[in-house]
Amino acid sequence: MQVETNPTNAVPAASLTRPVYQIERLSKTYARNKLVALSDVNLSINKGEFVSVIGSSGCGKSTLLKIMAGLLPPTKGRVVLEGKPVMGPRPDIGMMFQQATLLPWKTTIENILLPIEMREGRAAARDARGRAMDLLTLVGLGDFANVFPGELSGGMAQRASICRMLVSDPAMLLLDEPFSALDELTRDFMNMELQRICFERNATAFLVTHSLAEAVFLSDRILVMKARPGRIVEDIRIDLPRPRTLEMINTPQFGEIVAHIRDLLGREAYV
Amino acid sequence: MTDTTPETGPNTGPDTIWIEHEALIDRIPRWVAMTLLFVVVVGIWDLVTRMGWVSRIILPTPGETLDDLIFVGQNLMSGGYMLEALWTTTLTVFYGFVIAIGIGFSLGVLVGETKFGERAVMPYLVAIDTMPKVAFAPLFIAWLGFDIASKVALAAFIATFPIVVATAAGLYAASENERMLFKSIGATRMQTLLRLKLPNGLPYIFTGLKIAAVGVMAGAITGEFLGGGRGFGALIRQSASQLDTPRVFALILYLSLLGLALYFSVVWMQRRFVFWNKSERPGGVG
Repeated sequence: MQVETNPTNAVPAASLTRPVYQIERLSKTYARNKLVALSDVNLSINKGEFVSVIGSSGCGKSTLLKIMAGLLPPTKGRVVLEGKPVMGPRPDIGMMFQQATLLPWKTTIENILLPIEMREGRAAARDARGRAMDLLTLVGLGDFANVFPGELSGGMAQRASICRMLVSDPAMLLLDEPFSALDELTRDFMNMELQRICFERNATAFLVTHSLAEAVFLSDRILVMKARPGRIVEDIRIDLPRPRTLEMINTPQFGEIVAHIRDLLGREAYV
Repeated sequence: MTDTTPETGPNTGPDTIWIEHEALIDRIPRWVAMTLLFVVVVGIWDLVTRMGWVSRIILPTPGETLDDLIFVGQNLMSGGYMLEALWTTTLTVFYGFVIAIGIGFSLGVLVGETKFGERAVMPYLVAIDTMPKVAFAPLFIAWLGFDIASKVALAAFIATFPIVVATAAGLYAASENERMLFKSIGATRMQTLLRLKLPNGLPYIFTGLKIAAVGVMAGAITGEFLGGGRGFGALIRQSASQLDTPRVFALILYLSLLGLALYFSVVWMQRRFVFWNKSERPGGVG
């Protein structure tokens, strides 16, 4: 294992795959209070790469995610997914939120088909039912397709929201603290599931999290952000072998990486 | 195991089974409790009137009231003039409710969905809402005459405001997460309104409809008190002016059936359309 840091945010030399998501000179200033949420952020994410961002609250990581999702326009800079600039929400971006946010008046499968229903209409959603069913089976919810979300547990609801994110087969997955509202045991299980799903689909993912262990467990790279102004200060490669297991969390290598990041964050978090 | 805790091993000592005692009054079955309360209240009523503590003109005996209840009931059953009056009032209430729903819902969407509605329309609505709306009755009579139209107008006028407020509140109720989800899946404003905000706001809207159902009855009857006509309200006023108190009681009881029917049809619709709100939505929106 080695911890290799790239303060210049350069693309790791080892990667031979093409970049999927590219961000250049990105800045975001909120006009309302002149707050500089992001300053000169440069970032490139390759196909199949799992990148996490970690930082104290208010460091701009949520702003970064919203800009990447096309939910918020940048003040300066260039945001490009698959060669096309991101100028708003796009079907090739899949999102997952802290809350499962399933509509309680729709069944699980109807919830999963919601993105297709909105973009392409009811007929297209009906045609995609088989695909949605496959996804539900993938996350072990095959028997729950026709129940209402009120009957799902928190972990099951989040698994359903994974399916909703995947149903339009997005090129980029954006995960906004997806499991932080779950209890720890469920969370561990969900992280294993997410790793498996990302591996099976060779998914490209970007995760915002507060949990160091979660970030290290899931990621190929971890970006450490600092506030005022929001910027990326470290780009750390995690070279732990895959597939990763929960036992790895207790190994010295794992602990070393966590300690290194905590050290980086700690200086700012307590000042 | 130590000396201080000698009985912690298996199969030592009896099971610790105990019963939680509920107070006697809470253990009475529902129908018994309701009957009991009814009997007690009617008993006191009977006693008060029989002993002559209260004049019969002010409060008739339960027996007299029952006689009148039967008389009015027979008139209603046989399709007499009282049934005609009840039908007039039912129509007034129905038209008033439909108009209130139409106007209230439209204004509610305007207020809840557009900044213009929120900034410009809402302040006026609040201002009118704080006025005693019954005071508008003479105006409606002057404008629309002594026929059913003036009563419908007053009933609708009173019932509109709770629906406006409830609809607007219902549309606001969608959480930040849900709005972000809809934005991220490329939903248009219309889609967000129809597929998220409206269904999500239905519990609020139905609460407003229940308040409006009570208001529309009050408006219709007040209109009939003040504007005469052929409705049940006019009958009540007529009986009251003849000091026929048992008749007033009987008429009010039958009138309340109309109110109950309206209220419970709203409740039935709510159960039908907001079936999902029963549970705590644990997996849904936090």
